[in-house]
Amino acid sequence: MTASTKNPYYAKDPNLRFLEEVSAATAGVSRLEMCIQCGTCGGSCPSAADMDHTPRMLFALIRAGMREQALSSNTPWICVSCYHCVVRCPQDVHIADVMYTLKGMAIREKLYKDATAPDFSLTFVDMVENYGRSYEFGLATRHYLKHFPMRLPGMAPMGLGMLSKRRMDIAPTRIKGIDQLKKILDRAKELEAVQ
Amino acid sequence: MNKYLFYPGCSMETSAKAYYESLMAIKDTLGLKLEEINDWNCCGATEYVGISLTPAYALISRNLALAVQQANGADTVVAPCSACYLNLAKADHYMAERPSLGERVNQALAAGGLHYDPGTLQIRHLLDVIINDIGLDHVKSKVVKPLKGLRVAPYLGCMVPRPDYQKRWSDHEHPNELDRLLRALGAEVIDFPLKTHCCGGHMTQISPSTAFELIRRLISSADQYKADIMVTVCPMCQMNLDAYQAETNRHFRTNYHMPIVFFTQLMGVAFGMEPRQLGFGRELTDARAAMARIGVEVPEPESAKKPAKKAKKTGLPMPQMPGSEQEAAE
Ligand code: SF4
Ligand code: SF4
Repeated sequence: MTASTKNPYYAKDPNLRFLEEVSAATAGVSRLEMCIQCGTCGGSCPSAADMDHTPRMLFALIRAGMREQALSSNTPWICVSCYHCVVRCPQDVHIADVMYTLKGMAIREKLYKDATAPDFSLTFVDMVENYGRSYEFGLATRHYLKHFPMRLPGMAPMGLGMLSKRRMDIAPTRIKGIDQLKKILDRAKELEAVQ
Repeated sequence: MNKYLFYPGCSMETSAKAYYESLMAIKDTLGLKLEEINDWNCCGATEYVGISLTPAYALISRNLALAVQQANGADTVVAPCSACYLNLAKADHYMAERPSLGERVNQALAAGGLHYDPGTLQIRHLLDVIINDIGLDHVKSKVVKPLKGLRVAPYLGCMVPRPDYQKRWSDHEHPNELDRLLRALGAEVIDFPLKTHCCGGHMTQISPSTAFELIRRLISSADQYKADIMVTVCPMCQMNLDAYQAETNRHFRTNYHMPIVFFTQLMGVAFGMEPRQLGFGRELTDARAAMARIGVEVPEPESAKKPAKKAKKTGLPMPQMPGSEQEAAE
């Protein structure tokens, strides 16, 4: 039996449209609806062992409308964007891009379990929005102080090596068109919100 | 040869300076004309796309719109960084695949007086341009110091051969382009089974144990194949395998030593250029012993200047497995 849009139950429960929502929020044509649950993705994944759900299982949760479970899964955060699954998927599902979509949703709905990765992304993006360039030194210090203070002593020789070899700049570079970039990004955020 | 619109990406100015320096050193020999995109911005790496779609694609596309403005007949953007390359390629590809995304991105770009029509530019990785436009015959003709006797592991990582929207690579998992280039330079190229496996990406910052395991797999495999050195085409891969190699060794109590350099650096060596001019010495994992095998003297890395390995003397002599820990951990 297939759910019909006329079915009042279907209309009432937005979770039943979760698959549609994820697919629509993904770059390009996600083809998530085409997943045949073959498991090739999980079998190809170098990080599957650390994941709460293999990509296949995650996609089953999405299809079943299990929004909270799907968005609180660590899977998208453990995905390293290696694209092994993407080139092997018999259905051409844009798996890695779906992972990005799920991260964005989990951040907006505050459903992630561990803040390390969302914080890293948000800090990175904050620097890019302010300078137009990434800023490794600022990013690394801010991020490590917050999430890996215990790792800092071990990292110090590497950090010093990077600095002394001028592989890391102490001061950020700012692009000339930063105002233009900010206007573009502000407009993009408005457009994203009304979608 | 036509000019290429060059998108260096943030790392080329910082962590991957050696890549930039070596590329600048060899480009004339290759007849490669690069014109940097004016006032380009960061591509957002793998971070922005995981936060918000339209802003992420608008950020990437500003670069493409700027490139078009200065194109003047050129139609190809070349990026040396795998992540930058894929982001630029993705924007071009997905704006066309999903016209509504293209429209939104262009509405955003319009706020800054810019516009980009997907399909206007070709987005290509530097290695692709060298192999397919310049060609191995040209490369070979410039070799004055063949890398004879140097065993190299060709390492491409993920984002160049995959997802490969334009079908440019010989294979998604075992492409031979980098092998062929290195062989053209005279190197002994191992059949590296993990050549397109993941370097850990941003996991070094987020879930270090995940990253260390991925780094360990790559380095130990190259070591088992008795490679002297690994060669990469990406700043992120180089950074993870080079700068985090010591921490990975500490984590697993191993003592691998696998220098990792950019393919452009070895091209420069084969073209007879000065190692210092090619960014050698910026690596944290000492490349001197490897390069000495072919009689090339490269500058000492910073970490090697400190008195090291004093732990060795204090420990009792113990039987050891190859690749196992020699120093007291931490
Ligand atoms: S490989 Fe593709 S079709 Fe198979 S389970 Fe994964 S996403 Fe679904
Ligand atoms: S892209 Fe992500 S989900 Fe797919 S195989 Fe790689 S790590 Fe696993």
